[in-house]
Amino acid sequence: MQFLDFEKPLEDLVSQLDKLQSIADKNKMDMSASVRQLEQTIEETRSEIYKNLTPWQRVQLSRHPERPYTNYYISKICSTFTELFGDRNVKDDKAIVGGLADIDGQQVMIIGHQKGTNTKQRQIRNFGMANPEGYRKALRLMKLAEKFNRPIVTFIDTPGAYPGLEAEERGQGEAIARNIYEMVNMRVPVICIIIGEGASGGALGIGVGDKVVMLENTWYTVISPENCSSILWRSWDYKVQAAEQLKLTSEDMSAFGLVDDVLKEPVGGAHYKPEEMALSIKRYILDTIKELEQTDADQRIEKRIEKFSSMGFFEETEA
Amino acid sequence: MSTLWFRRSNKGIQTDTKEKKETPDGLWHKCSECRTTITQQELADNMYICPKCDYHNRINAKEYFEILFDDGAFTELFENIRAIDKLGFVDVKPYKDRLVAAQKSTGLGDAMTVGVGKLDGRDLVIACMNFNFIGGSMGSVVGEKIARGIDYAIQHKLPFMIISKSGGARMMESAFSLMQMAKTSAKLTQLSKAGLPYISFMTDPTTGGVTASFAMLGDINIAEPKALIGFAGPRVIKETLKKDLPPGFQRSEFLLEHGFLDFVVNRKNLKTELSHCLTWFMEGKK
Ligand SMILES: [Zn+2]
Repeated sequence: MQFLDFEKPLEDLVSQLDKLQSIADKNKMDMSASVRQLEQTIEETRSEIYKNLTPWQRVQLSRHPERPYTNYYISKICSTFTELFGDRNVKDDKAIVGGLADIDGQQVMIIGHQKGTNTKQRQIRNFGMANPEGYRKALRLMKLAEKFNRPIVTFIDTPGAYPGLEAEERGQGEAIARNIYEMVNMRVPVICIIIGEGASGGALGIGVGDKVVMLENTWYTVISPENCSSILWRSWDYKVQAAEQLKLTSEDMSAFGLVDDVLKEPVGGAHYKPEEMALSIKRYILDTIKELEQTDADQRIEKRIEKFSSMGFFEETEA
Repeated sequence: MSTLWFRRSNKGIQTDTKEKKETPDGLWHKCSECRTTITQQELADNMYICPKCDYHNRINAKEYFEILFDDGAFTELFENIRAIDKLGFVDVKPYKDRLVAAQKSTGLGDAMTVGVGKLDGRDLVIACMNFNFIGGSMGSVVGEKIARGIDYAIQHKLPFMIISKSGGARMMESAFSLMQMAKTSAKLTQLSKAGLPYISFMTDPTTGGVTASFAMLGDINIAEPKALIGFAGPRVIKETLKKDLPPGFQRSEFLLEHGFLDFVVNRKNLKTELSHCLTWFMEGKK
């Protein structure tokens, strides 16, 4: 278990517990009472820390090295999953995965950003930063889902679309724009779940849906706190302030009406009890599909357009 | 091409000497590309294009409307929509103060002006970005004015054009600025269903969230020569790759070559080309 800086008290207690247990083992003593007490203190401390997380701490949690990624959730919530590769044009982008999924008998198309779980994998997955072919693969799969009338579920977890030379040559902007445009008019239910980082156009490129939902400790906005600090403060040192100013947490986004739902994470974060998180996501997907299927495709699309069209703030003065 | 160039530069030199005495300081324009100096009046008469090197200087809605609408006549739409600071965003300066300063210095409500008028006798709605307003950044007002411009075009069965000129999303409006990408794209699907043409005209610069939404979604995508057009800014890409970018990278001609523009058009031919396109799209329609 890796601890974040704000989890220091927790880390200390856990190492105390480890020591206590090894002493007990070594001396063959029954220290179960002390162990239980310490365990209780640990849980209380965890609750206390997680009760009042700052925006920056949530950003840290969204990037926790042990945080579950798309493929983890797929493996936990699907009874079968057939991954499909390639955009039929340039190549297969490994920063976005997708395929035919079965969740308790409900057929869905799952598409999501995928980050690597070790150094080599992180490179292969390009840290979850997709190229245009990733977005085009996603669109191909969405069209497939539409053709066969299967709902679409996307998992969003990206520090941004990849800012590369080839990405620009192959039209990164066009690829994202096209996806946004096409997702508006998908005739099947679309559920988008931010499971980690929701950075800018790279996130929105698979993020237009009937329901856009954030896991509790994720962030979603127009730019990462670091890049915002670099551009507006002209220094990398203001990421904490930037995170606060951007109001990028699930709580803020929900209050603004920019996301439809927030899924609570287990105390300690999604990575602390990943199976519990997966179960909650699975329930949400199945319940929401049922709900969305109550309305017909035209109404869903109209509602989708209405929802996104009403986003924004301005004043209108008298002529 | 070369004779035309020669003739123009000759004429430039003549007016140069003649008007020099009558032109007060500050009314001169020095080309940022070739350093040729001409008067502001000559520059304006030449559609803000350098007569020597053809460099297209950045202009805003006021100038584009003058160039495109017949006799420069148009009706501005939704001019009373103004940006506000709902988030209370503060970086080195409060967003509220930035807005007041930009509104004061430009006389604009935000980075987007919408006008309806005639182009070669045919009605057209143009939404044009103003780079002089916080870098033409896309906030809620830009999105709202595009949305209403599209509603207006649908209601009156008119073609719709956006002139993009933007550094991208307005960070001080955070996720609200991001959602303008979805908002404008969603509205464009309605325009499309109404069977009305959308012309996207990209000018220097068109980057970030603007490129990744409405700018790339035209029935035809066109651009001014040598305009910077891209998703990621060249500085960011250079930092990522840690090497110099090839010459002409992310310029209009580069995008044309890679298949993302229908054509590149000189500002001087813009109105004529648009007129041809609009005839093709709208002839026989009412
Ligand atoms: Zn010049």
